[in-house]
Amino acid sequence: MPKDHGIGASPKRREDVRFLTGAGNYTDDINIYGQAYVHFLRSDVAHGKINSVDTSAAEGMPGVVRIFTGADFEGVGGLPCGWQVTDRHGEPMQEPAHPVLAQGKVRHVGDPIAAVVADTPEQARDAAEAIEVDIEELPAVVDMKAALQDGAPKVHDDLKNNLCYDWGFVEENKAAVEEAFGKAAHVTTLELVNNRLIANPMEPRVAVGDYSRATDESTLYTTSQNPHVIRLLMGAFVLGIPEHKLRVVAPDVGGGFGTKIFHYAEEAFCTFAARQLARPVKWTASRSEAFMSDAHGRDHVTKIELALDADNNFTALRTETYANMGAYLSTFAPSVPTWLHGTLMAGNYKTPLIYVNVKAVFTNTVPVDAYRGAGRPEATYQLERVIDKAARELGVDPVELRRQNFVTEFPYATPVAVEYDTGDYNATMDKLLEMIDREGFDARAEESKKRGKLRGLGVNCYIEACGIAPSNLVGQLGARAGLYESATVRVNATGSISVMTGSHSHGQGHETAFPQVIAEMLGIDESMVDIVHGDTANTPMGMGTYGSRSLAVGGSAMVRATEKIINKAKKIAAHLLEASEADIELKDGAFSVAGTDKSVAWGDVTLAAYVPHNYPLEEIEPGLEETAFYDPSNFTYPAGAYACEVELDPDTGRVTIERFAAADDFGNVVNPMIVTGQVHGGLAQGIGQALLEGAAYDENGQLLTGSYMDYAMPRAEDVPFFQVDHSCQTPCTHNPLGVKGCGEAGAIGSPPAVVNAVVDALQRAGKDVTHIDMPLSPSRVWAAMNG
Amino acid sequence: MYAFDFEKPGSIADAVAALKDEDAQALGGGQTLIPTLKQRLAMPSKLVSLTGISEMQGVCKADDGAVCIGGATPHAVVAAEAAGDYPALAELAAHIGDPAVRNRGTIGGSLANNDPAACYPAAALGSGATIVTNAREIAADDYFQGMFTTALDEGEIVTEVRFPVPEKAAYMKFEQPASRFALVGVFVAKYADGVRVAVTGASESGVFRWSEAEAALSSNFSAGALDGLSVPADGMISDLHGSGAYRAHLVAVMTRRAVDAAG
Ligand SMILES: Cc1cc2nc3c(=O)[nH]c(=O)nc-3n(C[C@H](O)[C@H](O)[C@H](O)COP(=O)(O)OP(=O)(O)OC[C@H]3O[C@@H](n4cnc5c(N)ncnc54)[C@H](O)[C@@H]3O)c2cc1C
Repeated sequence: MPKDHGIGASPKRREDVRFLTGAGNYTDDINIYGQAYVHFLRSDVAHGKINSVDTSAAEGMPGVVRIFTGADFEGVGGLPCGWQVTDRHGEPMQEPAHPVLAQGKVRHVGDPIAAVVADTPEQARDAAEAIEVDIEELPAVVDMKAALQDGAPKVHDDLKNNLCYDWGFVEENKAAVEEAFGKAAHVTTLELVNNRLIANPMEPRVAVGDYSRATDESTLYTTSQNPHVIRLLMGAFVLGIPEHKLRVVAPDVGGGFGTKIFHYAEEAFCTFAARQLARPVKWTASRSEAFMSDAHGRDHVTKIELALDADNNFTALRTETYANMGAYLSTFAPSVPTWLHGTLMAGNYKTPLIYVNVKAVFTNTVPVDAYRGAGRPEATYQLERVIDKAARELGVDPVELRRQNFVTEFPYATPVAVEYDTGDYNATMDKLLEMIDREGFDARAEESKKRGKLRGLGVNCYIEACGIAPSNLVGQLGARAGLYESATVRVNATGSISVMTGSHSHGQGHETAFPQVIAEMLGIDESMVDIVHGDTANTPMGMGTYGSRSLAVGGSAMVRATEKIINKAKKIAAHLLEASEADIELKDGAFSVAGTDKSVAWGDVTLAAYVPHNYPLEEIEPGLEETAFYDPSNFTYPAGAYACEVELDPDTGRVTIERFAAADDFGNVVNPMIVTGQVHGGLAQGIGQALLEGAAYDENGQLLTGSYMDYAMPRAEDVPFFQVDHSCQTPCTHNPLGVKGCGEAGAIGSPPAVVNAVVDALQRAGKDVTHIDMPLSPSRVWAAMNG
Repeated sequence: MYAFDFEKPGSIADAVAALKDEDAQALGGGQTLIPTLKQRLAMPSKLVSLTGISEMQGVCKADDGAVCIGGATPHAVVAAEAAGDYPALAELAAHIGDPAVRNRGTIGGSLANNDPAACYPAAALGSGATIVTNAREIAADDYFQGMFTTALDEGEIVTEVRFPVPEKAAYMKFEQPASRFALVGVFVAKYADGVRVAVTGASESGVFRWSEAEAALSSNFSAGALDGLSVPADGMISDLHGSGAYRAHLVAVMTRRAVDAAG
């Protein structure tokens, strides 16, 4: 019997009532009396010297309140980068300034040059058109390898070149890896591109800045995954506003996928301008602006080599990756191709020697940063593609080659600095094979053939590091922030509970899943628990939601705070029951004295805490409210095995996904329905990356995919009915819930499955195609078949 | 968008009069024009909505058997009401865009706009339709004059489109992955006096007739008749979504499929 409440049950998502009935409160729903609107004048060239910005004609236009340019921000800080990577030679990365409004140069199409604040959005836009900008266009660098050539145009004149860093990991292993390659019986090499993506959350970014002259307090309402991080970065580094005078609110947020983690210029602008003008200032991105100003994702160009011995054991792995940073360093950009990517290169395998080299490159494109999976999809894709290619070259079963090299003993310390606490990769592979009916494949392929179609099957594994992250460790790795999480559990007098959490929910279902945990611990009904999040004014400091961390880290903080509640409540119950605290048991929402029928209800204890007439006031304080911070001791390591079956139309190159199965190990699962939904969403995004999505620039740095006319998003018809299983559970050993995180798995594990399947279909048809770069659009597949 | 005046006349005559103002522009379903205005790529002084003109609405059958569609008829209405008399045309309409687009966008707007990737131009040219305006009747062969270019004069309104009904016909659309317009769309129609094959999405000169295929199919209406025939890649659109060679290849594939589907 599935449970009907508590951990393991699947109550419907309570937040969906407001999301699905139009009752949500999104940032764009927030309108403050007297607010003005800002329109950003953005660069339409990728690279240029700003000779002048003449606002004189625009100033006099109807409704204009003030026009700001880069000069207005000279005394103001730039947008900070939250992670410093140290290169192979021990030198810090090159870190350019990132002004709120462009100063001196524009560096990508969409770079904001000026900001017009006016009474209405239309007036702001009219006036922006009247600004005369004299920009001397400079040659743009778009291609990463070209950007590193001597004499290439420099994105930042004050840097040595366009190389942000040249990172080696683990640098000390480099020679040993080379030696292993020298001795290898077989080496498989693959060059591939991990395509640039644009996250496209349904809700574009919005910011509303407000300022009270009475209290000298600034408030920013913003579409963020982590309001506290924005408060910290913007307050401390950009605008110089201390925390107690700065409130950041991220109300309902319509999807983030990573791109709403970062601190953006528009947020700082609205907060700054509201103070300057003593008037609320609002910005709502158009979809076109989103394409050219939201941080993009992925964009790696990689060469990967896998060495095997004569028995097909992996003996060494070597990669060289060019990672696009875009024109500026977005908040966490440097960490993505390094610590979130290099550390996962062992995958599910016991390869003893690994060397990862990453060159991060500045180009005249939109900044690139974390996008669902962040570094881990890039690692998984190259590794699982090269293994598939190796299996083909060696003529062995790709499943067996993987199994033979699986890590099977835990804990397992990889050669790339992380320690997997638990896992069972054979279990998820067994489950997957059970789900996909591999034996029936030939019959299905035959049936496809009758219709003139090709069929292929691709299988792969993945592992990711979630529950980000131990603060002391990431500090050593260059993070300029801690990565703990916090929770305050406030039990009210009648026993209802408000949980204030630093984790933000923007579609993940925290408001449903978190109460399940508390209700389970206390034995009370979930409806008695509400989650409060998204407002720095009423939640404790938290680092936000990304990296599949909210339950593993934020949930653990909540568990710790609830444990403190239980301890105190037991003391109160002991007093009321005139028993020893050690004899008090909490079960089904009541405290009882062990071995007796004496008990007191949850509500009586909570009432006593707030009406302390009969209460041990000499020993404990009244009230029932506890806060805990939780800093994880390790990452968590969700892992799994995925399979994709495709049909390919050889006449057109069109690929359709006929079957897709995902067997995941997320450790313990709190709400299986929500987890299934998270996997579905991740799979849709991974399939989107594999078949459809890809941001493209021309050689002048113009974004060719600046709208849905050219940027292909996955639609319902592009995905099959997924088979999803998370019954293989090896609980995390180091957090109290034994959970690992599920938000990104689907997007991480699915692209290689799709590409493996397409290559399989072509190989079965006798085509000499070993790789096609994503997205596997019909024209690319057709070109590869006929190339 | 920039400010503009708005009129919604009830007759063709009033619409024609309203369009005489400088920079006045007709508004059909707005599915192309409104996004253009939002991006401030057009600056009409006045929009004249054609959707309130009842004589421009609906599907009917002429005495000669032609299916006549009012110039302001939405795609969804064509999909529903032409299904009996001209199923291939109804099918085409049923696969334009999404439900919102089909319920707002009109045949007149589509033909006036003449997007090189639009579907209706293939049906009109492939059926040898007559484009009826407030001023004259224009044969489809004379109407389409290259990408986004037609024979329409300033202020001229497409009031009706007359489609002679073929013995057999089918439209095969290969979707551009992002926009889901036609990357290549081929309309094949078999009439007593010959076969017409019109191709959209592919050519830099907009919708065109593939005369070689027409000749081959006119003597033998079967996919086999197309063996060895191809269109040159030269002059085909080449972009992010496919090279000229790919589009030229798809023209042949989609034509075969259209012939098969027409039966
Ligand atoms: C998301 C989306 C997907 C789409 N997918 C497809 C697709 O798959 N295939 C396809 O073919 N099309 C597609 N379209 C276009 C759609 O069919 C539009 O309806 C069509 O292009 C324009 O018709 P409209 O009535 O909306 O014209 P409007 O946008 O109102 O006008 C377009 C132009 O035509 C003029 N005009 C309008 N009506 C008349 C008239 N009766 N006489 C003279 N001039 C007139 C206007 O002045 C304007 O210049 C899509 C559109 C969208 C937004």
